[in-house]
Amino acid sequence: MEATYIKRKKDGRIHIKSGNKGDRVLRSTLGVLTLLTFVAFLFFNYAGLELGSAITETAYNLKVMFLEPALSHFSLGEAIYQVGVTLSLAFLATVIGAIIAFFLSLMAATNLAPLGLARIVRVFVAFIRAVPTVLWVLIFAIAAGLGSEAAVLGMLFHSIAYLVKAFSEAFEEVDKGILEAVRSTGGNWWHVVKSGVLPSTFTYLLSWVFLRFEINFGVAVAMGAAAGAGGIGFDLFMASSFYFDMREVGFITYAILVVAILLEVVSTRLKKRFFPATSD
Amino acid sequence: MNEKKMRKNRWQTVIFLLIIIVLTYLSAAITSFNFVDGLATIPKAIGWMFSNLMVTQETLDKLPTILEKLAETTFMSIAATTIAAVVSLFLGVFGSKVTKVNNFLSVFARFIASVSRNIPVVAWALVLLISFGQNSVTGFLALFVGTVGFLTRAFIESIDEASQSSVEALTATGSTYFQIVGKAVIPQCLPQMISWVLFMVETNIRNATLVGILTGTGIGYTFDMYYKMLNYNVVALVTLCIVITVIVVDLMSNYVRKVIL
Repeated sequence: MEATYIKRKKDGRIHIKSGNKGDRVLRSTLGVLTLLTFVAFLFFNYAGLELGSAITETAYNLKVMFLEPALSHFSLGEAIYQVGVTLSLAFLATVIGAIIAFFLSLMAATNLAPLGLARIVRVFVAFIRAVPTVLWVLIFAIAAGLGSEAAVLGMLFHSIAYLVKAFSEAFEEVDKGILEAVRSTGGNWWHVVKSGVLPSTFTYLLSWVFLRFEINFGVAVAMGAAAGAGGIGFDLFMASSFYFDMREVGFITYAILVVAILLEVVSTRLKKRFFPATSD
Repeated sequence: MNEKKMRKNRWQTVIFLLIIIVLTYLSAAITSFNFVDGLATIPKAIGWMFSNLMVTQETLDKLPTILEKLAETTFMSIAATTIAAVVSLFLGVFGSKVTKVNNFLSVFARFIASVSRNIPVVAWALVLLISFGQNSVTGFLALFVGTVGFLTRAFIESIDEASQSSVEALTATGSTYFQIVGKAVIPQCLPQMISWVLFMVETNIRNATLVGILTGTGIGYTFDMYYKMLNYNVVALVTLCIVITVIVVDLMSNYVRKVIL
């Protein structure tokens, strides 16, 4: 499917030793990563660590968690409701994020937007992406107050950044011929997007959105625990850091695991269903 | 595409959009999220950011401690990713359909990957925190477990995609299992794998902040401390440092990716 091109230098000459630089960089990357890993252990802060007892205790905790899950501070109905809250937070952030990201990525794709605009949008997006989601949520929490608004907005920012990157790359891969065909019939920019770009990338975009939903579920759990956004994440935090109730932690972990695996199965199905469809 | 199919497609789109809209309303109701309020907050929040998140002269005094914590966090993420990559390499080779040793190991590898990936890093961090205490090792292990899950899945996919024909060729020449894996599968998938590892390094630096907030270590703890002290100037500086680190790592990995892929 993918055409192979001869690698050329900027002035058009063919790369004769095209493999060599790649090899060198590959090796040095591996070397640097290994070196940094060894250095890392010198930098660690080992305050209060007793490895032997920590390992046995963790093994015991894990055993309690996974073999004797139980709920003690809230009911099963409440647990399901909290999972629903977490899913809803993730869903809202994903849907709103996808809509905004669609328009932004039209501005970021180099074949649809002027180069200058595309660059500006890209730098902006790279900046948003570099700030961890939890920091966005905490920053929004000051302005909006703790609650679903702060959580959704914080997650929204990151979703937008992630999806703009994925979407604009998908748009750039659209065959030039399709765009040219629409333009040659007198179609304006919006026609090009509506009848050229969108039909040929729609399923692809959809599967990115679903992937992001899967990620956002995990993020929503994290936001509940770290930024007080509510949902099952907050219960997890309370159970482990306040009540030290490993049975309850186990139950919540199972609940999260089940939802996450379900989402993963659905997303693999979608991928299998939609990706062969894009090639024919 | 004939007319009938087009009409069917249009109906599918309408139904799909309706489902999405209903789900959105439902989610908004459950979380009591108000669209108007929510959207109105964005300009307010951005205005607040510009007026309060300013790096001032005094906060620069804190820079050495912040940088020290940041270095700790960055190194922790790199170490967790690299070691996780080594483990995932084995799990990936065992788990892939092309290079599996036997069915049991394959299912086992996929099971480990699935469980460690789908339990969020937060849960690992909170559980490990109880017995390992407030230090880097807790964060390291939490990131390590999550990364193993993700990288194993990615490695399995790369091996499955890339090596079918070369494995067949080497099998035909009578090579042993180790020769096939060492000479065909790994060299062929290495660029792809490195690209995933670099992606994970970047992701883990961001996740490490989150883990740090929960476990009281590294740059996450620094952020949380100043956040709770309402010292927003230092908060701005910490955020800026994280952003610069992530962008530098991102640029470096983009360069490497461009050269090796």
